Amino acid sequence: MTSVKMTDAPPGYEGPGFFATSLDKLIGIARSNSLWPLPFATSCCGIEFMATMGSHYDISRFGAERPSFSPRQSDVLLVMGTIAKKMAPVVKQVYLQMAEPRWVVAVGACASSGGIFDTYSVLQGIDRVIPVDVYVPGCPPRPEQILDGLMQVQELAKGESLRRRESEEYRALLESYNILEKNDR
Amino acid sequence: MIDNQRLVEEIGGHFGEKVRQFGENSGILTFSIAPGDLTEVVAFLKEHPVLKFNFLTDITGIHFPDNEGAELCSVYMMHSWENRIRVRIKVFLPKENPVVPSLTPLFNAANWMERETFDFFGILFSGHPNLKRILNMEDMDYHPMRKEYALEDPTRRDKIDDLFGR
Repeated sequence: MTSVKMTDAPPGYEGPGFFATSLDKLIGIARSNSLWPLPFATSCCGIEFMATMGSHYDISRFGAERPSFSPRQSDVLLVMGTIAKKMAPVVKQVYLQMAEPRWVVAVGACASSGGIFDTYSVLQGIDRVIPVDVYVPGCPPRPEQILDGLMQVQELAKGESLRRRESEEYRALLESYNILEKNDR
Repeated sequence: MIDNQRLVEEIGGHFGEKVRQFGENSGILTFSIAPGDLTEVVAFLKEHPVLKFNFLTDITGIHFPDNEGAELCSVYMMHSWENRIRVRIKVFLPKENPVVPSLTPLFNAANWMERETFDFFGILFSGHPNLKRILNMEDMDYHPMRKEYALEDPTRRDKIDDLFGR
């Protein structure tokens, strides 16, 4: 007997020799169980993520087997740590280089809100430059919390409509961050 | 062995009235000079055959908002490796026109230190080859270490006084 846990089948119609479900759900399962993270670590939250990647907490169990240190091949941007205002264009550049569908997790108080660094040199939350899907609180958060954040992204990926990235709402969101121009398609 | 007393004799003997307010803080000799004498004094310390202050440790600034006519201060730390002794030089400047000659002809290390001091205090170093911001965003329109500016990020709207019982 194998000890590998299989993903549950999505709701659908089953009969002898066939199984029918919607493509949305199938792709959602595939995406959510193979999210390649891009760690963008600038301080202590990054150290917690290193523990999360390691064998004890093992983020690979959730399909994030391959931390991608290239934005082109990654699905989830994990921003961990204080982002100085001078670093903000770099975070945005990395986000722009990622291919759709892409998700962003702000890990820790600093990435979420600037944290204790309410000062002229620190960006008061990365949601001032890029849209964020999941916020993980903590200063720094424990590895379990980071895993929980990733599982929230899995839920988002599972439930996401394949048309979401084409929708007017999504366009408006990107336009509000000046990521998409009004007229480009 | 060169001590602070010997330094006072050497510097005071050579420059006389130009060097003022000799003092000692944490064992380091401190004195102040006029902006016009800075290059001369630093060159003297650097090229002196015995003192040999060959190393410019740091340049920084201070802001004294109540010190009228001399609100800003440019501070130079020098180190003599051979004699294992340090010296601190202060140049007080008026807020309206905080200009001091650049030390880049004497020490290449002064380049980035002076840019940092300009960035945070707005002290202008005349003769500097590239006096622009080094650590803060280039579009920043003030000098954040001056005391009239708040430390907090000015764009935060959620830290209102009501929430903090102020």
